[in-house]
Amino acid sequence: MKQAGAVLSVKNITKRFGGLVAVSNMSFDVAEHEMVGIIGPNGSGKTTMINMISGVFAPTDGRISLRGRLISDAAPQIIAREGVGRTFQLVRLLPGLSVLENVMAGAVYGHKRRWGREAEDFAHSVLERVGMDAMSYAPVSSLTYIDQKRVELARTLAGEPKVLLLDEWLAGLNPTELETGIELIHNLRNEGRTIVMVEHVMDAIRSLCDRCVVMSSGAKIADGTTDDVLSDQDVIRAYLGDDDA
Amino acid sequence: MNPATVQELIWAGVLVALAAFWPMMSNGYWLGIGVDVMMYTALATSWMLFSGPTHYISLASAAFFGVGGFVVGSGMSDYDASFWSMLALSAVIGGVLAALIGLATLRLSGVYFVIFTLGLAEMIRNLVSWVQNNFLGSRGLYVLTEFTDAHLYWMLLVTAGCVYLLGWIISRSRLGFALRIIGGDETVARHVGINTAMAKVILFTTTGVFGAIVGAIIAPRWSYIEPNQVFSPQLSFFVVIMALLGGSGRLWGPVVGVIPFLLIWNWVDSNFPNQSILVLGVAFLVIVYFLPHGFVGRIEQLRARARGR
Repeated sequence: MKQAGAVLSVKNITKRFGGLVAVSNMSFDVAEHEMVGIIGPNGSGKTTMINMISGVFAPTDGRISLRGRLISDAAPQIIAREGVGRTFQLVRLLPGLSVLENVMAGAVYGHKRRWGREAEDFAHSVLERVGMDAMSYAPVSSLTYIDQKRVELARTLAGEPKVLLLDEWLAGLNPTELETGIELIHNLRNEGRTIVMVEHVMDAIRSLCDRCVVMSSGAKIADGTTDDVLSDQDVIRAYLGDDDA
Repeated sequence: MNPATVQELIWAGVLVALAAFWPMMSNGYWLGIGVDVMMYTALATSWMLFSGPTHYISLASAAFFGVGGFVVGSGMSDYDASFWSMLALSAVIGGVLAALIGLATLRLSGVYFVIFTLGLAEMIRNLVSWVQNNFLGSRGLYVLTEFTDAHLYWMLLVTAGCVYLLGWIISRSRLGFALRIIGGDETVARHVGINTAMAKVILFTTTGVFGAIVGAIIAPRWSYIEPNQVFSPQLSFFVVIMALLGGSGRLWGPVVGVIPFLLIWNWVDSNFPNQSILVLGVAFLVIVYFLPHGFVGRIEQLRARARGR
């Protein structure tokens, strides 16, 4: 599904927190319609990478650009309007708002800026796509974990992002929920979306990702098609240690 | 805070129209209470515009109120300015002051924001006192006008009506929705594309403008203005307690809290003047233990129960 021209381009990104180097000299490109997995052991800097792309904090060094426009210096709301949508590792919903309003929140302030009936209709259509339209008027406190994750995904999709960042979206789901979750992301992939996902569930990575970027201790140790990367000696060593490699 | 409905606006209009007749039906003591009710309704409602949806508890009301009173007092007694021009000027100064405070406190949340606003209000009070004592000569200021309590009542009624109308418009707008999202989770708000700093400063500024307008209107009632009196921090606490007692879930919440609180306060104050501050404490306990969402929350709970039957 690879096409020419990078939608998202990460160049020589470094992030230091005081003396700690969380991410060191990372570079990778994401092409349109491509689904890229960022994998690596715990603490390897994957979420830090996602946080820098979405603007939670600025990189210490390097540049991130979206369709040629520099976004690494911008505030999160600017980056969101430029077309980067994200979900959070620990699902974040708006507790006082209904399911529908939670999704409308994504539609109203994105680059399309829908409002009123238009925003409501659009939120309904996105909820339908993630299979949650029947719960539109429920309070979010009544939702199961997978449903909360689906609503959060719907809110992100409602902003019609050009690049979708999923931060361990499948974590914490039970086996049945996991199946539903993988299918849902598979559908997004079939729609031709550009997705970057941080994930630990290997089955999901194998079946979903075209390409993987592997991080270990903040640095990139492999980048290539999913099959190649998962059989790479360095990658196996990073996950399992020297003895098993 | 939920978006207000058209029905609510019509009810508010009817209530404002009815309230306009109060000065004809009362005088002296009861008209005085009417002025207090209108003053606190305007203050608590404008406080709610910002604090209701965002859950940022501001204790800076006295700063804006004081600026209004002080500008009118200083302008009229030191510079022979007219009441109306000083009213307009105080709205501008109140707004600018609120915008500055808003910009300075953007990074604070929770209890830090509360303490900072209280500290800032106290600092402004002392600063104004100091300037007044050292550079402007006199300590007190005279505000002499032809206004009667009935005039002040009507001016405050119009102000309260404007605050409500503005709140009604905001609650149905993109900006109002943005504030509810900010109140829910500021991180999410930023990541869906909301300029959270801008939204908060705009709303806090309206609070400042209306606080100063109310302070300016009430100034003629006192005739003699002294910084320690108009900047009294007690006012900030009153506004918060009345708004919370009414409930922050609805735009009409504050008025439901203002009336019972002021009636009880005045009764206790005239019968047991030394114990009046006790009412504040008891009101706090009542809110925490029995009315966490104020009267509004309780009313809506009962309504939902009735509907469920």
